Amino acid sequence: MNGYNGKMLRVDLKAKTIKTEALNEDLAKKYIGGRGLGTKIMMDEVDPQVDALSPENKLLIVTGPMTGNPVATGGRYMVVTKSPLSGTIASSNSGGKWGAELKFAGYDVIIFEDKSDEPVYLSIEDDKVELLSAEDLWGTTVSVTTKKLQEKHVKGSKVLTIGPAGENLSKIAAILNDEDRAAGRSGVGAVMGSKNLKAIVVKGSGKPKVFDDEKLKETNKAQLSKIKENGVTGQGLPTYGTAVLVNILNELGTLPTNNFQLSQFGKAEDISGEALAEKYLIKNTACYRCPIACGRYVKMEAGEGGGPEYETLWAFGADCGINDLRSVIEANYWCNEMGLDTISTGSTIAAAIELKQKGYIKEDELDGLKLEFGNSTDIMEWTKRMGYRQGLGNKMAEGSYRLTEGYGVPELSMTVKKLEIPAYDPRGIQGQGLQYATTNRGGCHVRGYLISPEILGLPEQLDRFATEGKETWVKIFQDLTAVIDSMGVCLFTSFALGAADYADMCNAIIGSDHTADSILEAGDRIWNLEKMFNLKAGIDSSQDTLPHRLLDDPIAEGPSKGWVTKLDEMLPKYYKVRGWSPEGIPTEEKLKSLGL
Amino acid sequence: MISIEIRYFATLRRNGLKKEVLSFKDGISVSKVLSEILIEEKDVAILLVNGIKVSFDKELKDGDIVALFPPVGGG
Ligand code: SF4
Repeated sequence: MNGYNGKMLRVDLKAKTIKTEALNEDLAKKYIGGRGLGTKIMMDEVDPQVDALSPENKLLIVTGPMTGNPVATGGRYMVVTKSPLSGTIASSNSGGKWGAELKFAGYDVIIFEDKSDEPVYLSIEDDKVELLSAEDLWGTTVSVTTKKLQEKHVKGSKVLTIGPAGENLSKIAAILNDEDRAAGRSGVGAVMGSKNLKAIVVKGSGKPKVFDDEKLKETNKAQLSKIKENGVTGQGLPTYGTAVLVNILNELGTLPTNNFQLSQFGKAEDISGEALAEKYLIKNTACYRCPIACGRYVKMEAGEGGGPEYETLWAFGADCGINDLRSVIEANYWCNEMGLDTISTGSTIAAAIELKQKGYIKEDELDGLKLEFGNSTDIMEWTKRMGYRQGLGNKMAEGSYRLTEGYGVPELSMTVKKLEIPAYDPRGIQGQGLQYATTNRGGCHVRGYLISPEILGLPEQLDRFATEGKETWVKIFQDLTAVIDSMGVCLFTSFALGAADYADMCNAIIGSDHTADSILEAGDRIWNLEKMFNLKAGIDSSQDTLPHRLLDDPIAEGPSKGWVTKLDEMLPKYYKVRGWSPEGIPTEEKLKSLGL
Repeated sequence: MISIEIRYFATLRRNGLKKEVLSFKDGISVSKVLSEILIEEKDVAILLVNGIKVSFDKELKDGDIVALFPPVGGG
């Protein structure tokens, strides 16, 4: 096979057996890889109604055909499983170098089944694959585990691991690779923890085959120059990373503040990308074969490491009313060490602060710690307590929905399908609101980044307050993203590249005959398959909605004053362009036309 | 004369200047303001007046806040 290795590993953690299986070529081509192929395997092998933390759930690591191949950003892998947070299909992707290494070792997919009785990790060195004891690693943080395993295994080994949060089954636990790259969302780290699987170490010496080297050279040349010439990928992201968005969203009055009670943060400048660059940035970093290099590497007195992304600056900053950048960087560091999703962790702390502010959480639950908007004193400590499930941190480790529901006020949780909504107030960005409400994994911005046309003006400028036509934009963005996530490249390339470019990449690497249209159709297929998984899991379209605050409480001040998300206007039209029934269920004809 | 607050972001911050209030003649357009402060239109990817996206020919009034961003992105 070209692009793919054609091999999957199936690991039964209970029986301790490891089998190599052939990758079904037809399925691989139909569902591409990563998110698409992973969802198809989940659909075929796992009952969507299983308890996500039970041995019956499976944990899939799925690369794409571009992963480990010589294309821009071709290093990503996807974790696919059922989410313990939302109960939906979960697919969380990550960059770094680990995914490419798995391809070099000769595998496209790893399927973990059942549950080990004791902590183990998987070691892969080309054909030598074994389950080893992780007794001495259990309880250690991400950087400690990574270093220990790298010392023990051959030089150049790459490590993927969970931290204490995953071990303790926090529903917002992440899986980290290369120390600070995260498959962050949907609680995938808890699924790994529930299987007593601490880590996967991999070292490979091969490389996948490419269909047409000459064609690939041409494609790469054209695409690299588009990436370099594009203002965002060639200049904005390399210089400031994602963090530069803080000031823009704030100027527009769409930077959620104090758990979305406000939409502008008076001290945004203090936690901005500009401030980060001026005070803490040492260099930018890149994932495998990435010409964009949006990663931030920062230095503080305590040490050096990966710096916060925009979402993290927002979650621990504006959303908690905090302007102390140092504390935000430290909280980011502790999320990585504990193996927690930074968006859900910061947002859950913000919800806890509002619970305290409104008198639901009482002083005696705090163990003397501070829990106030604008007070950064203890956010690091709360983060650790969530990872270790200590005190109130035990409730917070369940995510903001279950936390607020426990106090009888789930409406204070800023989530969709129990997944915390990221850093864009959708009341002032209508299409983004529709996208949050309809995303299969819940409140997520990277399943269709409407910020691009509605705020950044790419590929063209849309009126952010208008609802007209947004259903079509949302659908196209969601479908294209599903393909990008399945190919194993970074979504950020889409600031510069379009569907036809991704078709060219596939054709050169796999030998497919994709066009821009067939790429979008493949995305539509993946989207519908995810929806079907959710429907079978009991997550119906009544959950395609937003928190009450975003639908009913107009923004009180600033440039977006007076706006709510007009979901009612957009949702029926969205179901229609998707070819779904008015109840939001894919019709027989639709599924048939997609070969589902 | 009208006073306009100009906010600079990212690479448009020259010598660390974050914002300044300047006086201009009534009805001046953003375009003219940019040429007076020596910033080229092609370097401004996002132009906001009072938090709302506008085009370069927008005429300004007293007290307006102009925010200037180079091409930026993220997620
Ligand atoms: S753009 Fe950023 S996140 Fe994407 S591959 Fe490059 S460095 Fe990694």
